[in-house]
Amino acid sequence: MRRAALAALLSHWRRQPLQLFTLLAGLALATALWSAVQAINGEARRSYDSAAATLGISGYASLTDPAGPIPIATYAALRRGGWTVTPVVEGRVLRGEIRLNVVGVEPLTAPDGLLPVGLGSETGAAPLDVLRPPGLGFVAPETADDLAGIADLPRLITDPAIPPGRMFTDVGTADALLGKAGTIDRLLILPDQPANRPPLETLAPGLTEVPPQDQGDIARLTDSFHLNLTAFGLLSFAVGLFIVHGAIGLAFEQRRPMFRTLRALGLPARTLLGLLLGEVMLLALLAGGIGIGLGYLIAGALLPDVAATLRGLYGAQVRGVLAFDPLWALAGLGIAQLGALIAAAHGLETVRRMPLLASAQPRAWATVSARALRRQALAGAALVAAGVAVALLADGLIAGFALLGGLLLGAALILPRLLAAALGLGARLARGPLAQWFWADTRQQLPGLSLALMSLMLALATNIGVSTMVSSFRLTFTGWLDQRLVSDLYVTARSEEDARALRAWLAPRSDAVLPIWKVDTPLQGAPGEVYGIVDHRVYRDLWPLLNATPDTWPAVYENRGALVNEQLARREDLSPGDTLSLGGGWEMPVAGVYSDYGNPIGQAVVGLPALLDRHPDVSKLRYGILTSDPTTLRRALVEDYGLPEANLIDHGRLKATSLQIFERTFTVTGALNVLTLSVAGFAILTALLTLSTMRLPQLAPIWALGLTRRRLARLEILRTLALAALTFVVALPVGLLLAWCLLAVVNVEAFGWRLPMFVFPLQWAALLGLSLVAAAIAAALPTRKLASTAPSQFLKVFADER
Amino acid sequence: MRIEATGLTKTYTTGDGRLPVLTDVSLALAPGETLALTGESGSGKSTLLHLLATLDTPDAGSIHLDGTEITSLDDAGRAAVRRDRIGLVFQQFNLIPSLTVSGNLDFQARLAGRHDPAWSATLAKRLGLADLLDRYPEQLSGGQQQRVAVGRALAVRPSVVLADEPTGNLDESTAATVLGLILELVAETGASLLLVTHSEHLAGRLGRRVHLSGGRLS
Repeated sequence: MRRAALAALLSHWRRQPLQLFTLLAGLALATALWSAVQAINGEARRSYDSAAATLGISGYASLTDPAGPIPIATYAALRRGGWTVTPVVEGRVLRGEIRLNVVGVEPLTAPDGLLPVGLGSETGAAPLDVLRPPGLGFVAPETADDLAGIADLPRLITDPAIPPGRMFTDVGTADALLGKAGTIDRLLILPDQPANRPPLETLAPGLTEVPPQDQGDIARLTDSFHLNLTAFGLLSFAVGLFIVHGAIGLAFEQRRPMFRTLRALGLPARTLLGLLLGEVMLLALLAGGIGIGLGYLIAGALLPDVAATLRGLYGAQVRGVLAFDPLWALAGLGIAQLGALIAAAHGLETVRRMPLLASAQPRAWATVSARALRRQALAGAALVAAGVAVALLADGLIAGFALLGGLLLGAALILPRLLAAALGLGARLARGPLAQWFWADTRQQLPGLSLALMSLMLALATNIGVSTMVSSFRLTFTGWLDQRLVSDLYVTARSEEDARALRAWLAPRSDAVLPIWKVDTPLQGAPGEVYGIVDHRVYRDLWPLLNATPDTWPAVYENRGALVNEQLARREDLSPGDTLSLGGGWEMPVAGVYSDYGNPIGQAVVGLPALLDRHPDVSKLRYGILTSDPTTLRRALVEDYGLPEANLIDHGRLKATSLQIFERTFTVTGALNVLTLSVAGFAILTALLTLSTMRLPQLAPIWALGLTRRRLARLEILRTLALAALTFVVALPVGLLLAWCLLAVVNVEAFGWRLPMFVFPLQWAALLGLSLVAAAIAAALPTRKLASTAPSQFLKVFADER
Repeated sequence: MRIEATGLTKTYTTGDGRLPVLTDVSLALAPGETLALTGESGSGKSTLLHLLATLDTPDAGSIHLDGTEITSLDDAGRAAVRRDRIGLVFQQFNLIPSLTVSGNLDFQARLAGRHDPAWSATLAKRLGLADLLDRYPEQLSGGQQQRVAVGRALAVRPSVVLADEPTGNLDESTAATVLGLILELVAETGASLLLVTHSEHLAGRLGRRVHLSGGRLS
């Protein structure tokens, strides 16, 4: 019985291959986009874990000094007191164009496995070479390739387990590379501590203990980025589910007569329901498999850009190659099953409650009364209000996303009511009979198209919102780069001695030599960096200050104030006049706040004398040079002075590199944007195809009354275009609100900076054009079918043979 | 002659082969004449009506409407004939669900550019629809819906009204009322009427009657 019933149920799909394609494609697309995002997130997390686990650092509690680096004496006191701690020196150095994260550990006191030991006959290095100059540096193979030919580095040993861009080495070697002057950044607390050791407060009162879990800085920093991606994935998944819901709903409606017959022939309702559920699961399995394959391809294509984004924004190193994870594939199949169940729930419930003697005629599918539209709009308004309330009452990224979610979903629910009102107005204002019928009939099609139009609105609003954000960011960022990159040429000396010689050589050949000297030091107790600047008009004239007073620059140059970057100011709620802790008991009033896009950590700028006073041993290798002829000076630096090409970078190249990082940052967002819009276009196509099967009885009387099929087809295209245009009109303000939320709420929470919002009407016009083209393409197939429908098909309507 | 059909032949191709539906059917209808077309199910009544209404084209034969040959017209030409000169009434009413009673009544007349508000108002009153003008088809009974369909067909002041079992879905009393209205109004407009029906009783109320059997007129 079950087999026969299942064969009967499945025969529907044989007769409706297009419907089957719609269902599978919708679910596969939804699964693909969701799985792609999950694959990208998973790969990134694996990289973070690998970064933390290679040294095992995340597994240890550590001691840090909120005031600054830990002196050797403190370390010695702790060791003498019985504390088994081991020092870690870490920081970033620039070698050529490579930003290298250096981590130094002490091989003799570090526990086993803390330092990678890829030593052996194939490397030609002995264990003691770690301690002997020039030391050994353990890096990933690709990092070794990048660093090839660069002097002033330890001997490189490759280890594929090390994340790219990172070097592990001995503390002594790290100290020399980073210019730490014998200080320690933190002390790892090893597991076996003597029970009777003196308390920390006695031996080193300035130090604080940081539990192991608090050290996953990169993972925490990048959470916001991954949350962004996840939100996009979820949005695409929801849009895809609209398609699946439409296809399953129609398939259930069309089979009502079959359900009744099966029931009448003795199939229990429970069995029928079970078979339908099995059918849905089977289809979901098939679509899920296709979706996973597609998702893997999409993720593989996007991952290099995601890796570049994470590197550019957070300095996080993520491999650009995707690994296949069976768990991920299983999760993808699971989400496909869950999505199909959600989409089929309403249909299954209808079948469960359908009386045996219910009408075998399919009801007007997806018919929604005006009252239901009102209720839906009210629910939408409530969602928007809830989102706003959460944003007002709570802080953080989750609150920002709650606002976005409430706004988007609420607007989508309100959309059909707004469209109905607009179409009603159109019908009232229309003069000719055909125009009146057109508007009234369009309004009648609204329930069947509303899901597709809602998905189109979501895609359009997201597109407008994200494009506005990215374009605002680009405009601000480009202007900011011009302000911030004040020098024409940037040079890095090979050593302190070379730096002195370079300064002397440059003095008569340039307009100014601006030191770019900085120390890594805690700012308000969190990792940060402090730069010292000389008194020069370029800073006063060009630096992008967000919050300043007339006394800002005098305060900096007279060493009585510090500038802080926006991230630090927002995080610590700092404004001019507040006191800033710069580590080691050094405090200064905040003199102003400057924008600092793309920097993950807090930064302060003080007068150079103040920096030298506190940190006389600061590395003095980097300089910005002002010159009227950077090309000639660059050539002279290489040919006459003998500075390696890799130690030079000009303004244009630096700007181009920065912009390149910026563009790659948003490549993924752009790609997901286009994919979501494509899915929405597909949703319209499927909805129109679905409706086209029911259009014949509605259009046949109009044809009979004297309208040609061709003209009816033209009106059908026009109807779709009108709906797409009206949807765009609603999506525009929603998208702009979304952009505002992204710029003013989410970006501030995620990155720590706020951007001004600009509007780009030409982009809107382009998007309107694109959405009309998408709608026209979606309408083309069903319309072509209508135009070529044989008159005999129309006649069947009158003969009641359908 | 208002309508003159000569030698109409129509064959459908089915899974079992070719199925002749009409064979050499000739028929004429004078101005103002009312003609009942009867016949058993499957005798070709509806097919003949569809051919006369230009909804379908014959395999052979010709149809003249007011002296104009209409079977050789293209799609647009046939649509214009339907719009301007023919009033159609179907068994299933086939009203436009998205328009009100008023919109449905005026629809064809306005399409044809011959909307006459006074005539529409008269029709609405005579058909008992004056109080229902703002309602939608789904809010009407079967008899009311058919009266709207009759009004829509007559509002354009057609040369000929073609009605396919217009009372087939109505009870006896309502059917008699609707037919009475059709006959009255057709007589007033001077249109010809061809009415397809199963009912001998209703057929008897028309001026002339022809019987179709096995695709041939008798």
